[in-house]
Amino acid sequence: MRTDTAVLSLRGISKNFGAVAALTDVDLDVSAGQVVAIVGDNGAGKSTLVKVLAGVHRADTGTITFADQAATIDSPAAAHSLGIATVFQDLALCENLNVVENLFLGREIRRSRLDEVAMETRSWELLRQLSAKIPTVRIPVASLSGGQRQTVAIARSLLGDPKIIILDEPTAALGVEQTAEVLNLIERLRERGLGVIMISHNMEDVRAVADRIVVLRLGRNNGVFDAADVSTEDLVAAITGATDNVATRRVRERENR
Amino acid sequence: MTQTKSAPALDLLDERLRRGEGLKPALGAIADRIRSGDLGALPIVVGLVVIWTVFQILNPVFLSSANLVNLLMESVSVGIIALGIVCVLLVGQIDLSVGSVSGLSAALTAVTFVGSGWPVWLSILAAIVAGALIGWVYAQMVTRLGVPSFVATLAGLLGFLGLQLWLLGSKGAINLPFDSGLVRFAQLDFVPAWLSYVLVAVAAAAIFLTGYSLARARRAAGLSGRSTPLLLARSVAVLLGLGFAVWYLNQARGVGWLFVGFVGLVLVLHYVLTRTAWGRAVFAIGGNVEAARRAGINVKRMYLSVFMLCSSLAALGGLIAAARLAAANQASGAGDVNLNAIAAAVIGGTSLFGGRGSAFSALLGILVIQSISSGLTLLDLDSSFRFMVTGLVLALAVALDSVARRSRAAHGRA
Repeated sequence: MRTDTAVLSLRGISKNFGAVAALTDVDLDVSAGQVVAIVGDNGAGKSTLVKVLAGVHRADTGTITFADQAATIDSPAAAHSLGIATVFQDLALCENLNVVENLFLGREIRRSRLDEVAMETRSWELLRQLSAKIPTVRIPVASLSGGQRQTVAIARSLLGDPKIIILDEPTAALGVEQTAEVLNLIERLRERGLGVIMISHNMEDVRAVADRIVVLRLGRNNGVFDAADVSTEDLVAAITGATDNVATRRVRERENR
Repeated sequence: MTQTKSAPALDLLDERLRRGEGLKPALGAIADRIRSGDLGALPIVVGLVVIWTVFQILNPVFLSSANLVNLLMESVSVGIIALGIVCVLLVGQIDLSVGSVSGLSAALTAVTFVGSGWPVWLSILAAIVAGALIGWVYAQMVTRLGVPSFVATLAGLLGFLGLQLWLLGSKGAINLPFDSGLVRFAQLDFVPAWLSYVLVAVAAAAIFLTGYSLARARRAAGLSGRSTPLLLARSVAVLLGLGFAVWYLNQARGVGWLFVGFVGLVLVLHYVLTRTAWGRAVFAIGGNVEAARRAGINVKRMYLSVFMLCSSLAALGGLIAAARLAAANQASGAGDVNLNAIAAAVIGGTSLFGGRGSAFSALLGILVIQSISSGLTLLDLDSSFRFMVTGLVLALAVALDSVARRSRAAHGRA
């Protein structure tokens, strides 16, 4: 599964908040057309790592290499111009605006005035590419389901032609069918040759789409697995840092049943 | 009907869409929208009909041409102030001081124009610049100091009322000369009958042409467009409706240039709100500030422009009120001006919760308020009744806004 060259490489990333070491010496590689899942317990540093990549926080130490060149990500705009798009968990959509207006918010296509026709055709193009199931783009986002909103948020991040797209808990709070929709969408992102970083709590979702699974524990790397040949038990053990605890026992019981 | 090609339009491919072309499905879609709580201008049109019927029964003078001409002229100053309120409400803020700012602007115009002998254009400019400055101060308080806008503007309400009284001095009133252009414009300038019909025809033609060119551009891009008969029907309806209104007003003095100017302002603001990136940003901030900020919109600058626009419009409304009265006095902008302007915006359908509304709500809302005021005056009822009835209508409008909002949430429409 592992492709030859990584688009994005992190080496030795550390980040402290006062006395708390949120990240210590974390490494991460993402290649084009690869889905990398970052898993870990609460407080493992997943969100901090994402925020470092999105330009919200700046790493204290460590190097970031993007497309074979050393890069500094010191602001969300810097991340954006490098080609790293982030879809945060709250999606940041305006519920009173329709799909087209949301997709192009802040970067409207205009000749003297807004070019609604061009924006609408471009929206349809984009949504078709993602095989998105959105009946019409002229309804407020408020009337869309959770999965459809996730789709809109992801489609919006694609407008800037990113190389890497980061999804923060894309399937949290989604139903079974909507989760499947989003997972399909992630696979289509991979087919388009994007590097996808996905943060999730849900082991099933992670194993369903990820190529590689990076485990963080207490702000440190705690193993990198090929999704094809790792068992849930191993993953849970890496996440919790123990082979025998209440979480692994539950998994073992279930798998033996 | 319009899609002659075999392939359906790009935006109509989804089989779940229940939509067709032509008049009947269009009406069906409107009925659907209303049922789900997206009321649009419906409540206000119903409200206007009820109010007009009641007052006409109580006093047959109410719907006379002469009274309606007056009603329109009287509605302009507060209507312009309400336009600013619409913008502030759209970004989810409030300006409670528009009445005081309008009074201050009236006093400022009178003092500089009559007292210091400035040319009239300079006095007007000074008043509007002062208004813009006030908006700038509010924006700084809201964005830099984090003061809630209703508190910042409440302080302004008191402060600028004081400044107005101080400017007017011990006399308490300054009369504007009747022969000045400003007063003449506000009181006596009416559109000649022939020109008023030409304007109506131009408006109807413009509505058709913009609709038609948009529909053509959409079809050229493979999207669905409104059918030409539908556009024609709309344009003819506007032609007949406006034509009748203008004909009826022309039975008396006609349509004032002042009112035409107000309608022009409404149209300009409508265009800016719906067709420019600035307007899009206004709605986005009202819908979700955080999302707007992350989309790269400079929220602080948007607040700044909106507050400055609101106060400038309040100043403009204030000096027009002074011109209508041919005087600025201690009562300019006092009393119910403030709440009437806010009530007009809300009654017209601009949500207090931000992100929903339109420039037309100022126009429609002020017509309701002014109708009530005019009707009660005709019945010889004093301001005590006017306050009570306007208060009641405002409470109804706000209640309707809240209920409709809940219904929209239930039906999944922002």
